[in-house]
Amino acid sequence: MQAFTTLTGIVAALDRVNVDTDQIIPKQYLKTIKRTGLREGLFFDWKKQKDGSPDPNFFLNQTRYQGAMILLTRDNFGCGSSREHAPWALLDQGFRCVIAPSFADIFYNNCFQNGILPVVLEADEVQTLMRDVLATPGYQLTVDLSTQTITAPGGQTYRFDIDPFRKDCLYRGLDSIGLTLQHEAAITAYEQKRKSEAPWLFTDVPS
Amino acid sequence: MAGKTLFDKIWDSHLVREEPDGTTLLYIDRQLVHEVTSPQAFEGLKLAGRRPRRPAATLAVPDHNVPTTDRKLGIADAISAKQIQTLEENCRDFGITLFGMNDIRQGVVHVIGPEQGFTLPGTTIVCGDSHTSTHGAFGALAFGIGTSEVEHVLATQCLVQKRPKTMEIRVDGVLSDYCSAKDIILAIIGKIGTAGGTGYVIEYTGSAIRALSMEGRMTLCNMSIEGGARAGMVAPDDKTVAYIKGRPLAPKGALFEQAVSAWESLKTDSDAKYDATLVLRAEDIAPQVSWGTSPGMVLGVDQRVPDPATMTDDKTRKATERALEYMGLTPNMPITDIKIDTVFIGSCTNSRIEDLRLAATLAKGKQVAKGVHAMVVPGSGLVKQQAEQEGLDRVFREAGFEWREAGCSMCLAMNADVLKPGERCASTSNRNFEGRQGAGGRTHLVSPAMAVAAAVEGHFIDIRHWS
Repeated sequence: MQAFTTLTGIVAALDRVNVDTDQIIPKQYLKTIKRTGLREGLFFDWKKQKDGSPDPNFFLNQTRYQGAMILLTRDNFGCGSSREHAPWALLDQGFRCVIAPSFADIFYNNCFQNGILPVVLEADEVQTLMRDVLATPGYQLTVDLSTQTITAPGGQTYRFDIDPFRKDCLYRGLDSIGLTLQHEAAITAYEQKRKSEAPWLFTDVPS
Repeated sequence: MAGKTLFDKIWDSHLVREEPDGTTLLYIDRQLVHEVTSPQAFEGLKLAGRRPRRPAATLAVPDHNVPTTDRKLGIADAISAKQIQTLEENCRDFGITLFGMNDIRQGVVHVIGPEQGFTLPGTTIVCGDSHTSTHGAFGALAFGIGTSEVEHVLATQCLVQKRPKTMEIRVDGVLSDYCSAKDIILAIIGKIGTAGGTGYVIEYTGSAIRALSMEGRMTLCNMSIEGGARAGMVAPDDKTVAYIKGRPLAPKGALFEQAVSAWESLKTDSDAKYDATLVLRAEDIAPQVSWGTSPGMVLGVDQRVPDPATMTDDKTRKATERALEYMGLTPNMPITDIKIDTVFIGSCTNSRIEDLRLAATLAKGKQVAKGVHAMVVPGSGLVKQQAEQEGLDRVFREAGFEWREAGCSMCLAMNADVLKPGERCASTSNRNFEGRQGAGGRTHLVSPAMAVAAAVEGHFIDIRHWS
C-alpha cells in the first residue's frame, strides 16, 4: 500500500449528501477480477447525460477539477454496499484524500486499506470549504497526516482526528496482514482456548 | 461491575489482543465468500505467497452474477462467467468448500449460511458484503467487510477493529395484520436515517421482536446496514435453537447440547447499559413504502409523497427534490396513487420460505395486473425445492408471476434481471439507490405482502384493508 504523508492538491467538490457506493461505482464494474482500471466506472451514471454524452455540470467533467487529488463532499459518504471497488475507483481517478462531515463505516475502513485518507471535519468547516472551493477555480489544500491538519490557501488550518494505529499504518504504508501475522502465537493460543470452550466451532465444513 | 450487553459478551469472547489505545485483534469464527468481492483477495494471497489459515471455517457460493433462468444454458455474459469460474478455481486452489452454481444448496450467501447451520449464535461472522448483518438474527456478531479485509481474514482468521458503540432498538406491542419485520426495519430507518446507526451495533429487543420468526429476524437484521449500523443482532432463544437443530453444518448430538447450553448465556444482562436506545411501538407501524432514492426516504402507505417546499433544511430539501425528480413523483401525491411496472420478490432480505409462503397465500386466486411484470426469485435452491414441494410455484405461476432460479437477481441487477430506464418496481429488496436495479430504474422498497398486493392492483395499496 502506498504511504500517505503530506499532500497538496486541487480539491474537487461533490455537493451531495448520502452518496452511496452504487453511485461511486455501479454494478457492471464489479464483474472485474482486478483492482485497477476502474476509473471509467467512477460515478458512471452521474457523469453522463441521458443521451450518453458527458454531463458538463458534473464535477468530474469540469476542467477546473482536472488532476484533483482531494474530494470534498457531504455527510454519510460511501454508504450502502461494502464494495472496495469504490475506493479503488477513486484512487484510479487520482483521489488520495476524501473530506466529509461523516462517512459510512465500511467505506471509511476500505479507504485505509488503499492508501486513501478519509478526513472528518465539522459540518460548518466543510460548509466553509465547500463555499470556497466552488467559488475558486484551482483551489488547493495541503493535507498533513503527521500533524493531522489541513491548510487552506489563506493559511487557515483545520485539525482532524484519526485513530493512532490507522494513522501509523497509513503513514508508513504498512501491510496490515503482515502486522497481524506478527501475532501468530497469540492467534494460535486463542484458537486453542476457544477450541476447548466451544469445540462445535472447530468442526470442518464438509465439501 | 456493570452487566454486559449481548454484543459485549460476543466481542469479549473474541479478543485475541487488545492494545492500550483500544485497537483490537478480533477473532473471526466464520467467513462467507461470494464471487464479486473475493477475486482480488485470493489474488492478494497468491501474490504474497500466503495460504488461508482455516479454509474449513470458510464457505463459498456464487450468487450475485448467476442467471435466474435455466442454468443448463450457462451464463451468457462472458465477464460474469469468468468471475464465477475464478471463484471455482480459487476455492479449488485454496481448499475452500464451494456450493457451485448447479448445486441444490446454492443460493444467496445470506440465505444459505443460516439454512446450512453455518450461522451459529455467539460467533463472529464476516463476508465481503454489507448485508452480512443478516446473520445477527441468530445472536451472532456479523458484519460486512471490504475485499482487503476478506484477504486479511483468509490469511489470519482475524480482523483489526475498534470497539463499536451499542444501540438498543426496542419494539414492543403487536404488529397490525400483514405488517412484518420489513415494515419494522423500514420504519426504524425512516426514523434514524441512513447514518443513524453509524458506529453502532444494534440489538433489537422487545416483545414485537421476540414474536418474529427467525426469517423475520433475518429480514430485520439484514437492513441494519441501511440504517448505517454494520451489525444488528437479536438474542437467541428457543426459536433460534429450533431453527438450527438438525441443519447440515450445525453441531450434532452431545456437541449440540453443549452449544445450546452455552448459547443460554447470550443475552444482555439486566443491569447492562447501551450507548443509545430507541423505542418504537409496533401498533404505530403502518405498511411501509420507500418513495425516494435512499432507504431513509420511506413512509407509511397511508401517507403522501413529501413536499420539498415545506422543508427548511437546505440539504434535505435539495436531496428530496433530486430524489423526486429521479423517481418521477409529484409532491403530496398519495403513495397509493403510485403505479408500478415491475414486481420483484426476492433478495437476501425477503426470499426465504416464510416470505414465499405469505406471498403465495396472498397471490392465490388473484392475477397480476395487466402490464405488470412480476417475478419471484427464491433465496436458495433448497428454498425453491421446498416451495415447489408445497405447490407455491404453481400458485405464483397461475397468478402470473415468473418463478425463477435462486440468486441475488434484481436486487442489484448484476445478472440479466435489470429494470429499464424509467421502469418502476415494487421490490422486496433492501436498496432503492439510483440505478440500483438498472440504470434509470425506480425502486420502491416494500414487504412481500405489499409487493403481491401492488402486483395485483398495479399500484400500491394498504394491505391492511385489502380484500
